[in-house]
Amino acid sequence: MARDSQAALVALNRFGFGARGGASGDLINAASDPRGFVKAELARPNGVLLEAPGLQSTPQLGQAVFAYQDQVKQAREAAKAAAPAEGAQQAPADQKPGLRRNLSLNAAATEIAGQMAETKPADNAAKPDAMQPGAAAPPAAKPAPQPLNVIQKTFRAEALARLQRATLVECGFTERLVVFWSNHFCISASKGELARIWAGAFEREAIRPHVLGRFADMLKAVEQHPAMLFFLDNQQSLGPDSRAGQNRKRGLNENLAREIMELHTLGVGGGYTQDDVTSLARIITGWTFAGRQGQLGTPGSFVFNANAHQPGPQMLLGKTYGPTGLAQGEAALADIARHPSTANFIAAKFVRHFVADDPPPALVARLRDVFVKTDGDLKAMAVALVDSDEAWKAPLTKMRSPYDFVIASGRLLARVPEDPGGYLSNLNLLGQPLWSPAGPNGFPDTSAAWAAPEGIKLRLDIAAQMGARLGNNIDPLDLLEFAAADAASIETRKTIERAESRQQALALLLMSPEMQRR
Amino acid sequence: MIDCVENRLLTSRRGLLLGGSSFAAWAYLPKFARAAGGRDPRLIVVILRGALDGLSTVAPLGDPDYAGLHGSIALAADGAHPAIMLDTFFALHPAMPEFARMYRDMHAAVIHAVATPYRDRSHFDGQDVLESGYAGPGRVQSGWLNRALEALPRGERVSSGLAVGPTTPLVLRGNAPTVGWAPVALPQADDDTAMRLVDLYRHRDPALASALSQGLQLDKVASGDDMKPKGGNQVAQMRQIARGAAKLMAADDGPRIAALAFDGWDTHANEGGPVGRLAFLLGGLDGALAEFESGLGERWRDTAIVVATEFGRTARINGTDGTDHGTGTIALLAGGAVKGGRVISDWPGLKLANLYEGRDLKPTTDLRSVIKGVLQGQFGLSDRVLAETVFPDSASARPMKGLVA
Repeated sequence: MARDSQAALVALNRFGFGARGGASGDLINAASDPRGFVKAELARPNGVLLEAPGLQSTPQLGQAVFAYQDQVKQAREAAKAAAPAEGAQQAPADQKPGLRRNLSLNAAATEIAGQMAETKPADNAAKPDAMQPGAAAPPAAKPAPQPLNVIQKTFRAEALARLQRATLVECGFTERLVVFWSNHFCISASKGELARIWAGAFEREAIRPHVLGRFADMLKAVEQHPAMLFFLDNQQSLGPDSRAGQNRKRGLNENLAREIMELHTLGVGGGYTQDDVTSLARIITGWTFAGRQGQLGTPGSFVFNANAHQPGPQMLLGKTYGPTGLAQGEAALADIARHPSTANFIAAKFVRHFVADDPPPALVARLRDVFVKTDGDLKAMAVALVDSDEAWKAPLTKMRSPYDFVIASGRLLARVPEDPGGYLSNLNLLGQPLWSPAGPNGFPDTSAAWAAPEGIKLRLDIAAQMGARLGNNIDPLDLLEFAAADAASIETRKTIERAESRQQALALLLMSPEMQRR
Repeated sequence: MIDCVENRLLTSRRGLLLGGSSFAAWAYLPKFARAAGGRDPRLIVVILRGALDGLSTVAPLGDPDYAGLHGSIALAADGAHPAIMLDTFFALHPAMPEFARMYRDMHAAVIHAVATPYRDRSHFDGQDVLESGYAGPGRVQSGWLNRALEALPRGERVSSGLAVGPTTPLVLRGNAPTVGWAPVALPQADDDTAMRLVDLYRHRDPALASALSQGLQLDKVASGDDMKPKGGNQVAQMRQIARGAAKLMAADDGPRIAALAFDGWDTHANEGGPVGRLAFLLGGLDGALAEFESGLGERWRDTAIVVATEFGRTARINGTDGTDHGTGTIALLAGGAVKGGRVISDWPGLKLANLYEGRDLKPTTDLRSVIKGVLQGQFGLSDRVLAETVFPDSASARPMKGLVA
């Protein structure tokens, strides 16, 4: 039985997001057939998509930002025209009559905004929610909350949908795959208003549909997504000899082209040169999104702007790509996706995430071969990982990332988030702000990054907060059964048994090695 | 273009860690630090992540090709925001009046056309080389500053208000024990809970036991201090972390050697000239240097600050009024210990034929020579230790003499 519990721990923690508390029976189900438990999620192809009422498409969201920006501008100009004293007290732009209609706010966002506006700091402390941020700041110091604008509302609605999905799913393997690929092809919401409003839609539209599909399709969807084009500046890049480049005296920006090869596919040292970077940058000139005026297409949608595209053939990685416009870049991406360096890079990164910071070379080689043989079938690669011995035998040494930690805690406590605020502020505190890594290389994926002293100390502070709020209503030893059963160490069990209070016991359980390692 | 800085979620610590900066320091005093009557040298290394445009920070106005290459974002000696002439050839960005003042007072210097040995253009590899001190990427276990510390005789442990930061820069990672500091705004777990957890970790997870013990010990000492995050923009945060770090380092038992990193220098689009995005960041850096000066008080006299970045940016602006990844750039030195008032450069020129690969400022000075010069001047490390341990296989990059007074 002990061995089965250990395998169940691998199934739930290494592959998934941890066992759910309550009546889920996750650990028992996983123990009876660990591999089957993990793979069951892959057999539900629609389970990877995320559709929640009110979540909108990228063009719709882009248009909402354009409308919002126009309103802000108009309000500013109106204020300037009026007396300066009045201007200082103008209502926020998105409260102006008529604007809500234009922005077509989704129901979820409106609801969240309503809650936010009504929640007083004093209520926060009384509310038995594990992850309310209210207590993090002294109530007296809090200014009256500003109404959220459409960008903030959307970001929170998207975050909430993702957090709820991760909390509710059975094992969480598919959701972990989503998070892995989303981090691999990351954008950062801190780039600007468009990136912030698009962060969730980018993941829903470019990542999720291909997590159990083909790498080449995901690559194309990502590099043609307005959020990525905006994040890495390609929407501004003009072919030097294109009509727009000639007229506007602007030109190439190689940011996206470089990161496609360095971070998305071949990997650094993957066999490309500076000339290849410049060449790919030329090839993807014209890959942009339609602006607010909509001359090129539906505002906020991907378009190929032939006027900005560098004319002529291009040499990339030793191959010449003819002047076929949009197809030139699509052909180049398709070849890069099949490049042997890409297979190596992806397989190693995949195994590093799931098995160990130093990925076992034999397993990497096997997954690389699957990637090559199946032409980048990501589901086949995931299945090969689950079927491997290494993934089940390697000790659970990976540190849970802050995202893993807050999700696993919420799952164990069987609390479905109704407001993303507490989660988002805890992720900020722990150094993993949602959809906002510091650079295009995404968040780190090694234990060293997440097991640093200050980070652990902060986790303890957060766990202590959760214990103080929720400890009253739970039995920590029951939770330990849900989380690890007889795979829990004697020391952990004793530490929890001997705790001076339920609150303290819960904090210690959430911080135990069984809950911190995966 | 939307100003990305304004849109960051500036929630408590995150702004400091990811939006702006991180700070870490050595956990021990060098043995000689308080030798009676002698100098008590301090060294601060500031890493600018993202690749600083050296040609926009210290502009070679005297080079006939500069204005054409840097185009719309080139600095000029006249106009509404004139660059500050450092000599007859180089001029400083107008967003850096504090550095200019230090320069005039002979306590700041510029080294131009400098680069690490790294010649490709990946940020992440470039930062690895800059911080690891190895000649190539992929050697990321320890940083050169940490190995320099290992070569110093270790004195007593520092005990003033420090908490370990979650993001120790690679330059300071390694065997020599280090600590860091970052403001915290969260109610803390009580001591008893913390001790029980340490005890559990000791039995089951020694790595976490060690991490948590450090976090706890240092967090405690720092509490009660006024170093709480105050929000504000990235510039304010750069100043704030410098102010906090200076306060720690000014104490008698404070760390003598520290490193911090500021992010956000990757100016591919709309970099701006005398005003704009880069100007905004340079203003923050300038403010941070001023905070170190005022916060260190009398200790400033024996302090040297090294400001370095992983590589430079293209000499010619790109199609989006920014610059792409390049090679040669600048390093800045500031502090009372610096023999300043000079721009040190074997200027390669900006003619097309003189550019590295036809696009970047050609490096003529090895950054390692500059850093070695400072380490030698401040701490007396030998040529051999510098060439073999601190910067392995770097005998050809001789320590630059006379950087420290």
